[in-house]
Amino acid sequence: MADLITYREAVAAGIAQEMRRDETVVCLGEDIGAAEGVFKTAAGLFTEFGPERVWDTPISEQAIVGAAMGAAMTGLRPVAEIMFSDFLACCWDYVANEIPKMRYMTGGQVTVPLVVRTANGGGLGFGAQHSQAVENWPFAVPGLKIAAPSTPADMVGLMAAAIRSDDPVLVFEHKSLFASKGDPPPSGDHVVPLGAAEVRRPGGDVTLVALASTVPTAMAAAEQLAADGVDAEVIDLRCLIPLDARTVLGSVARTSRLVIVEENPYQGGWGGTVASIVAEEAFYDLDAPIRRVASACVPLPFAANLEQAVVPTADRVATTVREVMDA
Amino acid sequence: MTVVAEEPKVEELLELYERMALIRATEKAAFDLFMAGLVKGTTHLANGQEAVAVGASAALEPDDYVFATYRGHHHAIARGASPEACLAELMSRATGLCGAKGGSMHLTVADHNMLGSYAIVGAHLPIACGAAWSAKLRGTSQVAVAFFGDGATNIGAFHEALNLAAVWKLPVLFVCENNLYMEYTSIKTVTAVAQPAAGRAPAYQLPAEVIDGNDVVAVQRAVAAAAARARAGDGPTVIEALTYRHHGHSRTDPGKYRPQEEVDAWLKRDPLLVLAERLRDRGVDQPAIDAADTRAREQVAAAVEAAKAAPPPDEATAFTDVWADGGAQWRT
Repeated sequence: MADLITYREAVAAGIAQEMRRDETVVCLGEDIGAAEGVFKTAAGLFTEFGPERVWDTPISEQAIVGAAMGAAMTGLRPVAEIMFSDFLACCWDYVANEIPKMRYMTGGQVTVPLVVRTANGGGLGFGAQHSQAVENWPFAVPGLKIAAPSTPADMVGLMAAAIRSDDPVLVFEHKSLFASKGDPPPSGDHVVPLGAAEVRRPGGDVTLVALASTVPTAMAAAEQLAADGVDAEVIDLRCLIPLDARTVLGSVARTSRLVIVEENPYQGGWGGTVASIVAEEAFYDLDAPIRRVASACVPLPFAANLEQAVVPTADRVATTVREVMDA
Repeated sequence: MTVVAEEPKVEELLELYERMALIRATEKAAFDLFMAGLVKGTTHLANGQEAVAVGASAALEPDDYVFATYRGHHHAIARGASPEACLAELMSRATGLCGAKGGSMHLTVADHNMLGSYAIVGAHLPIACGAAWSAKLRGTSQVAVAFFGDGATNIGAFHEALNLAAVWKLPVLFVCENNLYMEYTSIKTVTAVAQPAAGRAPAYQLPAEVIDGNDVVAVQRAVAAAAARARAGDGPTVIEALTYRHHGHSRTDPGKYRPQEEVDAWLKRDPLLVLAERLRDRGVDQPAIDAADTRAREQVAAAVEAAKAAPPPDEATAFTDVWADGGAQWRT
């Protein structure tokens, strides 16, 4: 059995795998060079690939993502880091207006093969401007692909797929998962295709759909529920776009119950789209109303106990599932 | 292209004139077609600003990158787009430059490395930095040119781009078309420095030059010198070309906020008139100049007819080209 690796190590491992394979892959971002990233997610990259391929930038999110876009349009495959996902708001023009529309508006003349990777979500006590789960922001923008891995091996494989993609991909790295450990990726080039969900725990009574940080939350809830005799299936979406609706619908056809677990606020969250697909296409498979366990519609508070009151927890998920089972 | 030291040859000047005349005629056609209801949405005409696009293009290599603004018809044509493809795009025809999915504000000619017209003011300056960075990393001698208006100089992206270009010593040229008005408001009334682009360059220790943007030869010289500097590894340059748009900001703007004497003075300095005078000084007779005008008008008239005759885009194309596989499917 190979040694376990951390989720944060997997970020750099995934990038390094692709930088070794393809010399057009370059990295840029704040403090990613000799400092190796504020979360140490770029560890080893500067040492191995040097300042010609790993570029420190000023604190200039528009310049980082804008330059990545220009480089992607002209022959490189840039991997841009936006330190905290909250700061996507500082370069939102590029994320929402420029990058995703270029291919479409030019009638297919120009592609933008870039990756924007960013640390997302709560769990580390950074307060409301450094802790939001914002994967629902780009989810509303046609033209972007969105990956949010929950395990180290998936981080490597999805990062590889994101870098190899000819379309722009946002990779959300969840802050609460950075220290978590998991199996290393299989040897050789490990690539997890974008848009393929994974059944983390098979079960026959209820489907739990989760993403990134809410995968371990859903898994913990499933263990609680198993003690009660409820057999929950846990689906790790892994990507929001492409969205693997087929796996979700197939699971619901077997379990007839659906609970969606998302960290972004309920208001405008991606779970609403998953719920609407299931309601439209699998209504008659359902034996109970679809439920969503999302964050409350408040900014993320600082104190750990307050934060826990806002985000989905295993207890809240288990409680919701019990309500669904009784419905 | 090396630095233009001497006066260009007469034949070269005539070519520049005819290229500007072609743009002028295309813009007039765009205006007429809009008034006839055949162009929807809006247009931002560049009548009066042709010298910037044509002079710069004459100084660039075919594989250099060009990034323009929503007022970008002149840059698309200067870089090789046909009037027919541009007008067809404005008229929502299948034969349009971008298959009628871009429109007036988003003309792009990737085959000629004219990598887009950007309708969010100032957004393309960091993108041009990225293209220049890419050229530098790939070891080519390409430069990237971002054309932008005076209004863009008060956007954060302008400052982020200039700083990044300076610290990374990128082969990028920032060419401001200062036509004195942002949209409806005089740039000087909302800007803390007199020269909105060139006046900011020293803060980033970048070389800057203010030039006569209605003199195509002055533009060609300045851009050639800046491009040579960039290719030599000496980094970016800011060029502020003083020019004037003959029309208002867009089709809904009659431009009444501009003093008539100011308009009249600039109309006398129309870049086509300026170059015609230079040609006459160089011994070219008026019929030769008129012939260039006539050829341009005839080419555009044929382009208008061809664009009018072209079919609308197939509705199915609304659902293509979101993704690199050509499609738009976001879920399974």
